[in-house]
Amino acid sequence: MKKNFFKLSLKQKQNYAGYLWISPFIIGFIFFFLAPMIQSFLFSVSELKFTPDGYELNFVGMQNFVYAVTVDPNFNQYFTETILGVLVNIPAVIMFSFFVASLLNQKFKGRTVARIIFFLPVILTAGVLHQLEVEDLMHLTMQDEGSVMLSAAMVRDFLLDMSLPQVLIDYVILAAGNIPQLIEYSAIPILIFLAGLQSIPSHLYECATIEGATGWETFWKITFPLVSPLFLTNIIFIIVYSFTAPGNTLVDYIYSLTWGRGIFGVSVAMSLMYFLAISIILVVVGLIVERNVFYME
Amino acid sequence: MNLVIKKRLNDISWAAVRGVLIIGLCFLIVYPLFIKFATTLMTEKDIFDRTVRWVPRNFSISRVANHYLEVAQNMNYLRASLNSLLFSLAISVCQLISCTVIGYGFGRFDFKGKGILFGLVIFTLVVPPQMIAIPLFLNFRYFDLYGLLPGDGFNLIGTFWPFLLTALTGTGSRNGLFIYIARQHFRGMPRALEESAYIDGAGQLRTFFTIMLPGAIPIMVVIFLFSFVWQWNDIFFTSVFMRGGMPLLPFSLQHLTGQYHWSISEEFKTIVNNTGMILFIIPLLLIYVFLQRYFIESIERTGIVG
Repeated sequence: MKKNFFKLSLKQKQNYAGYLWISPFIIGFIFFFLAPMIQSFLFSVSELKFTPDGYELNFVGMQNFVYAVTVDPNFNQYFTETILGVLVNIPAVIMFSFFVASLLNQKFKGRTVARIIFFLPVILTAGVLHQLEVEDLMHLTMQDEGSVMLSAAMVRDFLLDMSLPQVLIDYVILAAGNIPQLIEYSAIPILIFLAGLQSIPSHLYECATIEGATGWETFWKITFPLVSPLFLTNIIFIIVYSFTAPGNTLVDYIYSLTWGRGIFGVSVAMSLMYFLAISIILVVVGLIVERNVFYME
Repeated sequence: MNLVIKKRLNDISWAAVRGVLIIGLCFLIVYPLFIKFATTLMTEKDIFDRTVRWVPRNFSISRVANHYLEVAQNMNYLRASLNSLLFSLAISVCQLISCTVIGYGFGRFDFKGKGILFGLVIFTLVVPPQMIAIPLFLNFRYFDLYGLLPGDGFNLIGTFWPFLLTALTGTGSRNGLFIYIARQHFRGMPRALEESAYIDGAGQLRTFFTIMLPGAIPIMVVIFLFSFVWQWNDIFFTSVFMRGGMPLLPFSLQHLTGQYHWSISEEFKTIVNNTGMILFIIPLLLIYVFLQRYFIESIERTGIVG
């Protein structure tokens, strides 16, 4: 079956060159990713000790995992809080960023300026800033104002009078109280949605207008289906981003365990469980969304 | 009613609603920045004072200038920001080169196992960095490439090497995203371009540099901007791999209040920290202002989605 390399066509030879182009990644993946992953599995079932000329591992079985779940005072609480927080955030961020992207996609004066401002949060998300803002007096008063303004009982009663379901109202008010975070998380999803909206061929819209479709129909029959693959991309991005973003409680806690108190085995075990939880959420959400996505090809 | 008038009315009212929405949202984004800046102009008394909002009561330019100078001195601003600039620039250029090359490989060639290999690229994005940070730290602390290099292993912690090595192999922080962006771009380029280059006798390298790269410049600006900004902002990897290394700006910001006497008030701490944050953000804003044209254009033209 083995073909002589010199008898391959030019096309096939060129395709072999593909391995050469991506070879840096293959090397990097093996040395700086796969190997550390395997090591972290090993670390999670052992006790790490530093010796003068390196480090040694003693096998301790599932002890680290048991410690993290049953003994550690904060892990369970932070774990559930973080995961629930992310799950709650997803729909709000997706709706908000799609809405903003549609706004920015229209033609109006000052569109460039608006875009520059909307992508500003991309460059302003630094871990240090988050750390300092926690104890910042001005920032705290600002947050107070925000929650007072938006969770006002009046708005809530007004919405209740419209006989909307209570769960929905509570969710909207919760999301509205969280607008700064919402904006920060939305910056890149907005970018991705915007790029998607721009790639929709304009003749589809022309056709729809000639056939007499209203804006509402055009949106649901053309825009929404064509952008729907990006909902998947964005949902995956938000899950990944918010699970590793600076300011995430559990991530900070694991960091303080590792570098503050030197408990290596337990903190690796914690991040492993965290990773498993993220993967399960990603797969489940991915499968659900994938089913409802429309591909043009 | 006349249809034309009705349509016109509709358009105008929608434009008004849209304007209000956009201006409101823009304000929400810029508001924290304004507050930060306003805080740096205040004295401790102004922070207590509920009537002071933007402009402090005892405002004097010379006091503010002195205050900024003092904070910059305590941050070791010139030295630290130059360090950070050099550091982020070196790393992001490496990431740019490696991710463009790798993205080109994924975008233009059909080889066996491409799907799986690209799946691995996405996989690197999903794994939280905290998980592999400890093994990576140990590997760089006693660096011998798993026994491949002779000797007892080098200590690379506190140098550029951990960052350069991961950047050059496309496994640095969020490099999967950059590879993805580059691949999407190269995948969208017409085949004919490449074929005509081959027919004219250009080799693969020449085709890449003279035909493919010029078209990819906007997308490379996007990758560079993201990479630079995230490197500048990062304190996770730098605090792990740069322990005892040269002072970088995020660290001096983090320990800024430690430079002052322990008895300073919370209000004074707030003012100092805000000044530090503004000083930290300024270089980023400058770069963003310079590159935003390419950034926004490239979204419009090719788009990250392709």
